[in-house]
This record gives sequence, structure tokens and C-alpha cells, in this order.
Amino acid sequence: MLDFFRNLDRRWIFLLMGLSVAVPILLQWQFPETPSALSQAVFDEVEALNEGDRVLFAFDFDPGSEGELGPMATSWVRHCCEKKLKMYFMSLWPVGQQMITDNIKRVIEADFPHLVYGEDYVNLGYKAGNEGVIKVIISDLRQLYTTDAEGTATDNIPMMEGIDSIKKMDLLVNISAGYPGTKEWVQFAVTRYPDDIRMVAGCTGVQAPLLYPYIPEQLPGLLAAIKGAAEYEKLVMDKYGGENPDAKYFEGKRRMGPQLVAHMLMILLIIVGNIIFFVDRKRGKRS
Amino acid sequence: MNRENLIWVVLFVIGGAILLGRAMLSEHGMGKAYVKAVEKDRVRTSEPAVYPNEDEQDITWISADEAREQGIDVEALGDDDHKQWTIYDPATLTAYQAEMAVDPNQTTYQFSLSRSVGIWFAAFMTLFVLTFLIKDNPFYKVAESIFIGISAAYWMVVGFWSTVTPNLIGKLSPDLVRGWAMPGLSRDEPVELMYLIPLGLGAMLLWRLSPKGGWIARWPMAFIIGVFCGLRLITFLHADFLTQIRNGIVPLWVTDTAGAFDFWESLRNVFLIVGVLSCLVYFFFSFEHKGIVGKTAKLGIWFMMITFGAAFGYTVMGRIALLAIRLEFLFDDWLWLIDPTNKRVEAVVSMLGLF
Repeated sequence: MLDFFRNLDRRWIFLLMGLSVAVPILLQWQFPETPSALSQAVFDEVEALNEGDRVLFAFDFDPGSEGELGPMATSWVRHCCEKKLKMYFMSLWPVGQQMITDNIKRVIEADFPHLVYGEDYVNLGYKAGNEGVIKVIISDLRQLYTTDAEGTATDNIPMMEGIDSIKKMDLLVNISAGYPGTKEWVQFAVTRYPDDIRMVAGCTGVQAPLLYPYIPEQLPGLLAAIKGAAEYEKLVMDKYGGENPDAKYFEGKRRMGPQLVAHMLMILLIIVGNIIFFVDRKRGKRS
Repeated sequence: MNRENLIWVVLFVIGGAILLGRAMLSEHGMGKAYVKAVEKDRVRTSEPAVYPNEDEQDITWISADEAREQGIDVEALGDDDHKQWTIYDPATLTAYQAEMAVDPNQTTYQFSLSRSVGIWFAAFMTLFVLTFLIKDNPFYKVAESIFIGISAAYWMVVGFWSTVTPNLIGKLSPDLVRGWAMPGLSRDEPVELMYLIPLGLGAMLLWRLSPKGGWIARWPMAFIIGVFCGLRLITFLHADFLTQIRNGIVPLWVTDTAGAFDFWESLRNVFLIVGVLSCLVYFFFSFEHKGIVGKTAKLGIWFMMITFGAAFGYTVMGRIALLAIRLEFLFDDWLWLIDPTNKRVEAVVSMLGLF
């Protein structure tokens, strides 16, 4: 038996992992979520804003991480729409612009058609330059953003009136898949102007441990990976979902089903691997 | 043909047959995309201005309905002043079937061949990439090459239109950019000759591609490295070094607002201080790790191992989420085995009903 596990072809483990993710998706298994303190902190930050306050969304992710970050982006936009906040979208990632457009179509145009482009929300699009962009838009936003993503002069967009720096924003929401992302926003914006810029973020699982040291001083709230997204979804939909909420606002929760089964398999494999290791060590000592 | 290859051929043939059967023979099919045609009808006018800051003499485009309300004879306008076009938004099979039930000749909701081909292409690319789990193979290499090629081209095009055009050419020659690419660019945009410097540096950077004088590219490269070193050094010291030291100075005896002892918050702070100090001791190599120093360093190793374990757990969660969305795409958009967002209520969606 131990020899079987010791010499097991790794492709069987791939197959098992594939099945552990595929079966819950096919059977649509879902499990209840309990919001953590960090997700609650993110929710509270948005809740604390008043109607008409300005929120800057930095969508620093692309389709490669859409599975993890898309659900939290959708919930965040929905939450801000419900709170009647002014939304400014931008991206430091080239494909982030498509992620912005996708969320505008999925949430704002579909469920909040009364919101007017240029008055309630604006898409400033992508700018090359990574952290250099953050550095510039802190001091002079208009220098870099002469137009929005559609080519309309920012001078002619009503909600851009009086906005010459991101310090004018009441909250900064960053959704980050890597570099440039939350770390750069913390380093170049939040730490430098702690009294002017307040930020919450959502990130991939790989990044989360690197961002925890910033909590809570530099980063009051963080949605870590798909788990954070599912928790935030619950908070938003419990308060604003209504009686028959759209299934698109539960993507995070839906993707937590495969997570549970796959993690169970992973724990089982680690236990089996450790048993084999300790048995081998014991036998080696005896011999 | 060896046994392994034979197994793969059989699997491919069976899989292909099931796919063909489900796509061609079943009533509902699979992997089809639908769109909704949205007619756009715009009229060129000089007033009213769309935005309050805009010059009244500026040309703006308003919808034809709005123009009719203002008394403009839209039908009498020429092609230059009246533009009509159609855009196609994604639609669901449910919406398509509902419209067809009302009017079988309607053209608002349509089957989209190009988007359906896109779904099939994306599905096969996903499968090609996943074949790498078995072993390196030509299918994987094809998918990898296509991805790299498209990404490089996309980055270049997006960078040109979103940054070079408005932020470089638009600063040096606003009228040119307004007339050629961005009619919405403000008329008040001044010519800023200072931007000749980044233009020059950019041209020097491209010199690297020239067979001679490649060294010219070192000057702008040195500028970029210098600027970013300076920026990152200061911000790292500020955000990650000094601020983290400050964040580490916490009370070990925490009381709440009423003055009562807060056990859990105090315990948390004790763990924080012990963790930081023991990890620092582990990296302190001026003394041999023996006695109290050795034991503290060992505690530091435990703290680091727990941190690495948490990082590994998060990484696993991230990777599973990525696999989940690809499988969801295959099962939902391509194979139509599931319908979590109710896109195909009328269609037969059954995991077991392959045909």
C-alpha cells in the first residue's frame, strides 16, 4: 500500500485535483460564508461614505486573475452604486480597461441604468508607467489624464470638475493581481499622504500574506482572494440584495464550493505524504 | 504505436465524438453565442453643448431622437451630419428564444458566428494549456505562442493609443491629435515643448534595435533606472521600513475604552512582538545560535514556517480559483452542462443529458 503511494504518478494527483474542482462546479455545491473582520472593515469603509462622495477604483488586474478578483470587483461596484457614490475608474494594467468596461456593463448599465456617464461614473482607462502614474496623479491628475478612456476631454466631463489630484477622492479602492498593485498604492500614495488618502484593497491569494503587515494602519481593510470576495458578497447582498438577487452577485460564493473540496484533498495528500515520510524514517532507523 | 499513445488516441476520438454529437445532434447544441443589435443614430450639432464647460461653438453629437425634439429635420441632413451604425451587445439564449417566440422574423437578437467561434477557440486553447499537465507537447506550445504573441501586440497597441497618443503627441501637437485621433481632446490644450525631452529619450531607447549605435539606448535606460531607484528607495524606507517599525511599537497591556483589560488584544500584541523579535534573532549571525539565542532563533523558524504555510495556503486557494473559473467556462459557456447565471433557462441543461 505504502509502495503504491510512494510511486504514485503525479498525473493521478492532477486528475484527482481536477475532479475535486470539477464535481462541485457540476453539482453546484455552495456553502455558507461568515464574514471575517477584514471583510467587515472593507464593508464599513464604504458604508461610512455619504451620497455623492468620490471613490477611485484602480482595477489593476487582467483576465488571468479575473476568476479570483472579478467577483469582488462586481460586488464593490454594486455597493458603490447602492450608496450613490461618484465612481472614477482607472487601471495601471493594460487589460484592466476591459475589466472596467466589463463591470460597467454587468453592473451599472444592467442594474443601474439611471446612472449617467460623466456625472455618476467615469472610465479614465489605462495609463502606462506603473508606480510613476501614481506619483504623478497625486500631484497633478490632469497632466496625465487629459482625456477619459473614450477620448473625451476631462475638462468636459462634469464629475471631473475640481478634481486635480487623487487626494480629492474620499476612498481609494484597489483591486490588485500583482505589480503594479496594492503594494505600490500603499507605498506611493497612502503612506505619503495618510491624512488625505484612505484605501481599501482586494488582492489575489498569492499577494495577501505580503500585504498583511500594512493592516490596519496603512490598509484598513483587505479582501484576500476568492474567500474575501465571497465574504464581501454576503455583506453587500444581505443589505442590498433584495428578494431576488441576480446570480452574478454570488460568483465568489459559488467558487468557494470547489475550494472546500480541493482543500480537503490537499490536506489528505499532505497527511498521506507525511505518514509515508515518517514510516520511511522509522524503517530507516531500524535498518 | 505504444500503449500510452493508443490510450490518448482513443480518449481524443471518444471526446471528439461526444463533442460533435452534443454540438450537432442535440436539440439545443452548445458553445453558441448570441448578441443584441443596438442601433446608434447620432446627429452633429453645435448646440446645446453636452457638457457645461464646453465652448458653445464646439461641435457635439447628440442622439437623433434628441435632435428631433429640438426641431432639427434629421432626415434632411447629409451623411456628414447624420451617422447611423449598429453595435452588438452580448445577449443570452433565454432572451433570444423569448424574442423568437414573439416574432420569428425579428433581427434584434441574433446568433453570432464570430463570438461562437471565439468561445470554441478559447475552449480549445484552455484544453491545450491543460495538456501540459500530462507532458510537454505541440498543442501546449501552440497555445503558449499564440498567447505571447497576442499579449505583446495588445500591450503595444494599448500603450500607443492610451499613452503615446494623448500624453506625448497630444502635448506636442494637440490640433493634430484632435483632428486625427481624438476629436474629444480639449481645445484649450496648450502646446508643451517640454515633452520633446521624453520624445528624444524614447527615440534614443529605440536605438537599441539599430545594428549600430546601440550604446545610445544606455542613456535613457540610465535615466529610467536612476529615477526608479530613487523613487523606490525612498518609498520603501518610508512605507516598509520606518512605518513598519512604528506599527510594531504596540502596548502589551491593552485596555478598552472603559479601562478594562482586553485579553485577546493584549495576547495578539504579545505574539506580534515575540514573532518580530524571534525572527530578527534568527537572521542575527554575529553570535552562534546556541543557548538562549539558539532557542529564540528556533522560535523564529516556527513563526516563519507558519507564515510560509499561510502563504502556501493562500497560493493554493488562488490557483484553485483560477482552475475553477476555467472549468466553469468550459462547463457553462462551451458545453452548456451548467447554467449558474440563468443564461439558458429554456434550453435543456443537464449534466447527464449529453445528447
